[in-house]
Amino acid sequence: MFKDFKKLWMALGMFIVLCPLGLIATGTAFGEWGTDQLPEEVGFIPAGLARFADFWSRSPLPDYGIPGWGENFAQSAGGYILSALVGVVLVVVLISLFNKIIKD
Amino acid sequence: MHIPDGYLSPQTAIPFVALMVPVWGAAIKKVQLNLKKKEVPVLAIGAAFSFTIMMFNLPIPGGSSAHAVGAVLLAILLGPWSACIGVSVALIIQALIFGDGGIISVGANCFNMAVVMPWVGYGIYKLIRGRSDALSTRAIVAAFIAGYVGLNAAAFVTALEFGSQYHLFQAADGTPLYFPYSIKVAVLAMMSEHMLLAGPVEGLTTALGAWFVAKNYPALMTERLLGRIKPDELGVDHHV
Repeated sequence: MFKDFKKLWMALGMFIVLCPLGLIATGTAFGEWGTDQLPEEVGFIPAGLARFADFWSRSPLPDYGIPGWGENFAQSAGGYILSALVGVVLVVVLISLFNKIIKD
Repeated sequence: MHIPDGYLSPQTAIPFVALMVPVWGAAIKKVQLNLKKKEVPVLAIGAAFSFTIMMFNLPIPGGSSAHAVGAVLLAILLGPWSACIGVSVALIIQALIFGDGGIISVGANCFNMAVVMPWVGYGIYKLIRGRSDALSTRAIVAAFIAGYVGLNAAAFVTALEFGSQYHLFQAADGTPLYFPYSIKVAVLAMMSEHMLLAGPVEGLTTALGAWFVAKNYPALMTERLLGRIKPDELGVDHHV
């Protein structure tokens, strides 16, 4: 899995290290406002939206951060890099399952 | 572009899940048949790259943000079926572990970013590149345009899904039940952000990525796209 494509793995590592750059944009994407932001952004919380907004609230690393680690940029950046690492490991493990079903 | 739960009615979101199940089934089968074992790491890296690039939020003037997706680069390297699997895996993990994008809306999100985007981008790339060399200016420009248009196609269908809710689902007193703005507002907001900022970034990422791979691993970019090996020798149908 790791012996080929070394340059691509290195490039991926570089992106993980640099990902806190994505924290510079603090605004919420259009249509992704949380129920806490809706009164300010939209003026009200639509009734149907309120019913389903918290359908899934068990994300262990919500918003790519460690809960409680948002005091300063260093903490957010640490949580962000850790989140990228966790996500990348999970993605790689899941995709590598294809090794078991590809016959060549 | 990750639609959270609550912004689409269940009547809209659940059919997208129902649509994606057979698409994922077909994609797993296609990848199993067409991808070579030695290419699995490329799919893993590509999917991981897509996961990571979506964390690079770009500030949009006016207090919003947007990001690139990486789906077209994956489609150029390994074909749209592989891209569909790679980006879907990234999106599902983002929803479950990081709360980015909803669970009920995961079908719509995968349709937008793991179906519309890679197929549109792949088609444009092939059309523009033709049979020119992977490192030619034409091929690099093709990758830029494919990334740009692919991301904007995804943003457009996302805006339609958002905006349609306003017109279709309202409470008795006329207040919107789910996404609160009209199609016009949704399309204008999504398209201005993605045409002016996220699209060019997607194009640059796609072009640079395609160049980097073509330079370092030329076989990846030639065998599949230029048909130098006959389809039946590989047992592949060139992903279309």
